[in-house]
Amino acid sequence: MAAAATLSRLVRLRLYSISRNNGLLFNRVQRRGIAACIDPSVGLSDEQREFQKVAFDFAANEMAPHMAHWDQNEIFPVETMRKAAQLGFGGTCVHPDVGGSGLSRLDASVVFEALSTGCASTTAYMSIHNMCAWMIDTFGNNEQRGKYCPDLCSMEKFASYCLTEPGSGSDAASLLTSAKLQGDLYVLNGSKAFISGGGDTDVYVVMCRTGGKGPKGISCLVVEKGTPGLSFGKKEKKVGWNSQPTRAVIFEDCKVPVANRLGIEGQGFNIAMKGLNGGRINIASCSVGAAQACIQLTRDHMHVRKQFGEPLSNSQFLQFKLAEMATRLVASRLMVRQAALALQEDRPDAVPLCSMAKLFATDECFTICNQALQMHGGYGYLKDYAVQQFVRDIRVHQILEGNVWLCVMDRSIWQKMRPLQNQKFL
Amino acid sequence: MTARVLVGVKRVIDYAVKIRVKPDNTGVVTDGVKHSMNPFCEIAVEEAVRLKEKKLVQEVVAVSCGPQQVQETIRTALAMGADRGIHVEVSGKDYDSLGPLQVSKILAALAKKEEASLIILGKQAIDDDCNQTGQMTAALLDWPQGTFASELVIEGDKVKVVREIDGGLETIKLNMPVVVTADLRLNTPRYATLPNIMKAKKKKIANMKPGDLGVDMTSRVEVLRVDEPPQRQAGVKVESVEDLVSKLKEAGRI
Repeated sequence: MAAAATLSRLVRLRLYSISRNNGLLFNRVQRRGIAACIDPSVGLSDEQREFQKVAFDFAANEMAPHMAHWDQNEIFPVETMRKAAQLGFGGTCVHPDVGGSGLSRLDASVVFEALSTGCASTTAYMSIHNMCAWMIDTFGNNEQRGKYCPDLCSMEKFASYCLTEPGSGSDAASLLTSAKLQGDLYVLNGSKAFISGGGDTDVYVVMCRTGGKGPKGISCLVVEKGTPGLSFGKKEKKVGWNSQPTRAVIFEDCKVPVANRLGIEGQGFNIAMKGLNGGRINIASCSVGAAQACIQLTRDHMHVRKQFGEPLSNSQFLQFKLAEMATRLVASRLMVRQAALALQEDRPDAVPLCSMAKLFATDECFTICNQALQMHGGYGYLKDYAVQQFVRDIRVHQILEGNVWLCVMDRSIWQKMRPLQNQKFL
Repeated sequence: MTARVLVGVKRVIDYAVKIRVKPDNTGVVTDGVKHSMNPFCEIAVEEAVRLKEKKLVQEVVAVSCGPQQVQETIRTALAMGADRGIHVEVSGKDYDSLGPLQVSKILAALAKKEEASLIILGKQAIDDDCNQTGQMTAALLDWPQGTFASELVIEGDKVKVVREIDGGLETIKLNMPVVVTADLRLNTPRYATLPNIMKAKKKKIANMKPGDLGVDMTSRVEVLRVDEPPQRQAGVKVESVEDLVSKLKEAGRI
């Protein structure tokens, strides 16, 4: 009898090593227990649950054991991302005829949320890469799609999205990088700032000025690494997102064929903003995944840590706090998934919803991760514990792809609501 | 070339979940608990799919016995590369008492019906740890068995199996048709890819009942009680070897 029990325990222990990697047992096991109310698979179709399962397994086995190492050593995990691409995560919303997975926006959101539990920083880069691949797939002609998409979907090549400049972040339409037409070439001059992957990636989707001032003068060009006149600034030292390099991208008389322009002249800003709609959903999804991981880590810590003679999980105050965090998580997830649905159905409210979802989810999820750190006490501040990395990694989600305060300015709110002065109030 | 491989897959509580015993001690809590494919069954599916990729077998059929939910497990096998699935519907009391004897009868009947020449199973399930289904299936079919396989090679109409045994590794050669049970080191299961998951939707899962196969589901085993393992007790420090020996004698251990 005792032998059987021991055997069972041995089998279970040995099973921990079945998972494709002999990583930190501690971190990995903790992330798989799920409470029904915050279960991320609730409301999904069977197929979406399958996608999610693969993403969770990949995150737990291939990413989570390395996330601290990638962060501390600033490693861009090319091999791991290529493994992810083999499973279909390189071009989630790109058409299958050029190597993509043809997923819907909601499918992609579910996938990135799950991957983020393994490493938020790497997943966020993957979502940017996916955004670039989608832009080329959607706005490129067949030649451009055939030339770039297959390599991007397999992550044979990596991509960067270049919109922001030192002088134009929130005010993106005021960008200055110029592209002057000379025969069948555009000559680019200017620089982009804060470019994720910059210097290590191969394909740059660049928004530049081909016409007059304002958004209508902007076009979108695909520039390949190695093009003469393309160089990079120093690698930035960041608080988080350390598994992806960030550099300035500099153009000095950089000659790019007209054939590399996506869409027509003047369409660039539109392309950039459409790309950002999906990008915002996916960044918000990364925040949600990080928050989910932090809540599970916190719950496990509360069972283990004892103070005043009891585990923290007996403290009513902390129970309330955890319940609040769970509520914020579910609310964020609902907003993000609703926005994804609206975008894939091309509803009129899709764009504002994407901005709102990004605004809401990135803020709320940062609060969740921050509180999770607090609830770990002093341990939360140590790099041995994953919580602090999630906090540092998702802090920037509130800033990029539309600074949260910018999202609030969406003018559609002002235009579309009927004035209330015609209502009669009792 | 061998025609058909039958792979048994079992839906069990996920290995990482903390098991809790039901308050009435009749079993463990399964409602709302995360389930997934038995890890050894994943290894079995992986092996079968690899054989198909090497063109040593023509078709891989995944089988599972249980209620509606086991279709998820069959779909996972299809996403990993199995060609079609068979869902043998067992629910209610029959499912509660479902054990290796019934499953092996079902598998034996299916093997005859499907004209399979190779059955690959996981060596044991992580919920009951029986380690019996493979052996019983082979006995019912009067087929040779290669259990605890850490290597499987098809050589013409024979199968070479390297078995992990207490003393080391044993290599045996078996005449087909055979039953093989997969051990941990047989292979590392692949992740299902997103395109394969979508393709799996189109693959067929046939439904049938144990009665259709002429299998008697009555159980010869009755579970009386399920308890948690005893809490780990504190140890006792002893001063000398004599002390240790006398304490062990007291506890009746020697």
